[in-house]
Amino acid sequence: MIYSEKVMEHFANPRNVGELPDANGIGEVGNAKCGDIMKMYLKIEDGIVKDVKFKTFGCGAAVATSSMATELIKGKPVEEALKLTNKAVIEALDGLPAAKLHCSVLAEQAIKAAMADYYTRQGIDPTPFVGSFSKECDACGLN
Amino acid sequence: MNSTEKRFVYADNAATTRVSEAALNAALPYFRESYGNASSIYSLGMNAARAVVSSRAKVAEAIGAKSGEIYFTSGGSESDNWAIKCVAESGAAVGKKHIITTNFEHHAVLHTCQYLEKKGFRVTYLPVDSMGLISPEQVKNAICEDTCLVTVMFANNEIGTILPIPEIGKICREKKVLFHTDAVQAVGNVPIDVSKMNIDLLSLSGHKLHAPKGIGALYIRSGIKISNLIHGGAQERTKRAGTENVPSIVALGVAISDAVKSIEEKQRSVSEKRDRLISELLKISETRLNGDPEKRLCGNVNISFRGIEGESLLLSLDLEGIAASSGSACTSGSLDPSHVLLAIGLPHETAHGSLRLSINEETSDEDIDYIIDTVPRVVKKLRSMSPLWERICRDEKIADR
Repeated sequence: MIYSEKVMEHFANPRNVGELPDANGIGEVGNAKCGDIMKMYLKIEDGIVKDVKFKTFGCGAAVATSSMATELIKGKPVEEALKLTNKAVIEALDGLPAAKLHCSVLAEQAIKAAMADYYTRQGIDPTPFVGSFSKECDACGLN
Repeated sequence: MNSTEKRFVYADNAATTRVSEAALNAALPYFRESYGNASSIYSLGMNAARAVVSSRAKVAEAIGAKSGEIYFTSGGSESDNWAIKCVAESGAAVGKKHIITTNFEHHAVLHTCQYLEKKGFRVTYLPVDSMGLISPEQVKNAICEDTCLVTVMFANNEIGTILPIPEIGKICREKKVLFHTDAVQAVGNVPIDVSKMNIDLLSLSGHKLHAPKGIGALYIRSGIKISNLIHGGAQERTKRAGTENVPSIVALGVAISDAVKSIEEKQRSVSEKRDRLISELLKISETRLNGDPEKRLCGNVNISFRGIEGESLLLSLDLEGIAASSGSACTSGSLDPSHVLLAIGLPHETAHGSLRLSINEETSDEDIDYIIDTVPRVVKKLRSMSPLWERICRDEKIADR
């Protein structure tokens, strides 16, 4: 298995690692049994993702996709951040090995979970904005 | 050594080893000088054939066998497949379709047994205990009227546990059941005498003991008739077709002789380094040693760190110049973590965070120092970004150190 240089670079120097004490949207997806958990912290102000941080338990691809996903949404309007797909994360990382594609899905889900939490905290039903998404790793099918 | 200085430490000798200079030098003339086909009648061929004969004697001597009992193969997996499938075939011919093995064998054995199950064989997978051991009584109790083969690994490749092979061999001989052992990890690390240990078939591999990849051997005790796995020409006394890989066969002979020559000295010096590594790494909190602390290969260290995942641990160690291995799902090539770690009772999440370091006589004290210095740092960094570790600390009231 070979990781792209971009993946290794993001793994070695992950962007936006940590927690946000003043986050107003937090989402966690995946589970320990299948070996991947991603937690996203969002600080949303005036409809803009002002800040974002993540913590990830998982493989190299899980760390790199989390890192890249945070970079892709930081500073972006909420509507745009919600459009982030796992494909965009994969492209930005110059590809992922086939066995690791599910990690990029998890990154997309983590952002959606954090966004849903943000809307819920505002007293708004997140479904029209975020749509439906799973909090589990689809590749493993574990619950 | 300055502790911040980066070095390269190869700690994955259970995966493969570096070819020794002696083995390489012995093999080289058989590429461009004595490159003849060992089956040819002219001197160029006969030179190659002589080299094969001499190497066969060396391999035999290393495990207490006779030359006529050694067959060269492409490696451990082929040897395992040959032994198990062809003994099973002989067994089936006389109505014996039961095989006994363990639940933590190498996949070359496990997947072969599963294949035979699909072909109508019954397989008993003896469960190992939390140390990775089975008792000889478990084998004794599992033997039935129709058991044709017992196959139990000599030493486990992941956790290093050494199994009670002589005791199992004795039982099999008494019960007149053939006994095969996958000794790929044991040869060169544990003294082996196939006749004293009552072993009927034994698989070994070259690249685990400083010979090249792609060469191995199967020992078949004289008098045991098993069919061929690879059909074709009359090589290996008509038992294994295919033009002999002469350079690698020569290298295997040299490497295996060297490996068994200094086995006691190696066991002493390497296990001392191993134990220092284990005791230092176990100082990291929420960490456990996998495998038996005593009945253990001299170079094997296998430790689980809670809250982190194995692949990211390996990639982080690689960035620091340390090459190691893990039993996490991501490195096992499947979605489940290592079947060995699950077999000894580890929960999935602990198995994901395992690290195997396999050292050998080439590993220096400075290398050990470097590992001891680096691993805690890397574990700390990964834990600091792990939501699982955060949860473990919160739920179990562990002070994050």
